[in-house]
Amino acid sequence: MIDALVQPFIEFAFMRRALVGSLAISLTAPPIGVLLMLRRMSLMGDAMGHAILPGAAIGYLLAGLSLFAMSLGGFAAGLAVAMAAGLVARSTVIREDASLAGFYLLSLSLGVMLVSIRGSNVDLLHVLFGSVLALDDAALLLVAAIASVSLVTLAVIYRPLVLECFDPHFLRSVSRWSSPTHLIFLVLVVLNLVAGFQALGTLMAVGIMLLPAISARFWADDAAGMIGVSMVAAFASSLIGLLFSYYVNVPTGPAVILACGAFYLASMLVGIRGGVLWRLMPAKHLEA
Amino acid sequence: MKTHAPAISFHNLTLGYDRHPAVHHITGEVERGDLLAIVGSNGAGKSTLLKAIVGELKPLSGRLDLHGSDKREIAYLPQVVEIDRSFPISVFDCVSMGLWHETGAFGGFDRAAEAHVFEALEAVNLVGLAGRPVGALSGGQFQRVLFARLLLQDAKIILLDEPFRAVDTKTIADLIQLIELWHGEGRTVLAVLHDIDLVRAHFPSTLLLAREPLAWGETPTVLTPVNLDRSRQFNESFDAAAPVCAQDETAEIA
Repeated sequence: MIDALVQPFIEFAFMRRALVGSLAISLTAPPIGVLLMLRRMSLMGDAMGHAILPGAAIGYLLAGLSLFAMSLGGFAAGLAVAMAAGLVARSTVIREDASLAGFYLLSLSLGVMLVSIRGSNVDLLHVLFGSVLALDDAALLLVAAIASVSLVTLAVIYRPLVLECFDPHFLRSVSRWSSPTHLIFLVLVVLNLVAGFQALGTLMAVGIMLLPAISARFWADDAAGMIGVSMVAAFASSLIGLLFSYYVNVPTGPAVILACGAFYLASMLVGIRGGVLWRLMPAKHLEA
Repeated sequence: MKTHAPAISFHNLTLGYDRHPAVHHITGEVERGDLLAIVGSNGAGKSTLLKAIVGELKPLSGRLDLHGSDKREIAYLPQVVEIDRSFPISVFDCVSMGLWHETGAFGGFDRAAEAHVFEALEAVNLVGLAGRPVGALSGGQFQRVLFARLLLQDAKIILLDEPFRAVDTKTIADLIQLIELWHGEGRTVLAVLHDIDLVRAHFPSTLLLAREPLAWGETPTVLTPVNLDRSRQFNESFDAAAPVCAQDETAEIA
């Protein structure tokens, strides 16, 4: 049994690389997902995942399957959409969710058109679904670098970020950190989606960010606990997904995200903080 | 403890939304250390006035002078708090944010700070709930949490917009004590209130607002039956085709 779990990683370098890559992503994307969820911006992550497509496509058109070009393009496109959406929300009557929807749809359609101009469908699939089993040194370094920078940045801005989620009005009244915090956070979201899309593709990257975070709500009461649970869940799901895709011979990205999804469903049922099964069997009430 | 130095001055100030005034041509001074109640019907411009003082609203015309008080020396309890109470944060952590002026975004949080937070919780009788998530509190308990946070902010000017909504009489008495404590410490306190008896009992001065100030001064001289009657007749109608106000020019010429 243990042999079956360990053997693929001992035997194949690409499996070990995939494991390291997913560990890096699991350490940084889920905490960002937790904060997105707590800010009720879960779907914003999804929209941003689509928004980075045209940038990646332009990178691909200009430089072929170049990791650096596609990442840079994706980062630029994601950031542009996030900033434009934020700017429109702050200066017109349109709310942030609506303006984001507008810009990401624009961005997505542009991206699909760009990919289809020159690339074949296989390329599109590659961009959309990633290739965690083909992570080379450069890709691993990029993912690890993004993970390190994100974790440190998150730790530094944690206090204003939590306050910005909980009581933005108060933060604005006591300090000038409100807008910078929001901005830095958006940059982190985009950076992590770019890191995720190396491995899982633009469509799947958002999965490892959000599914473990949402599941964690069923296991912990405070933000710190949720962040811990989400990291462990993300890494365990990556491991299971990698092994599943190895033995059953299915694409890795969807396998990893499906494992996250399975954990989400299980958490919803048996999670100790409001899981469905516990609600069906309520314990007797207390004295005070 | 009035010192006859102004804390806030309004110079022919008009505030509003989309050019329609909510507070029309108000002039006057709030003295340092004053305990001022702002009274008036719905739509009279009470909240608008507070929003302008914290700088959330730019004047349509006229001027507002804070006499050198920094934005961070003003503590403000809005009427509708945009707080996400489902956010998983404890009462202690929520109250401790009042120490922002000391800890800032990155500063350490030491034992002394912790002791301060517990003192504040003690003052509003919430020590027993320090570890509870804010989502588990009742409306009145949460209002006390917000007061504890205000307490820690240690502000020179404190603005309270209907601070006693959904609060029981016992809690109101506790919170009034806090407000009088602030007054005794020489802080300037402005509170929007609807309970006239409460204002008469605890607030030395009152501003009666009906878009324009109807009366402003010592509470007994302001809250007369005649003035209150005028205040009740205030018509909060909105005229989409209102002409441009000519009073600015006449005021400037005069």
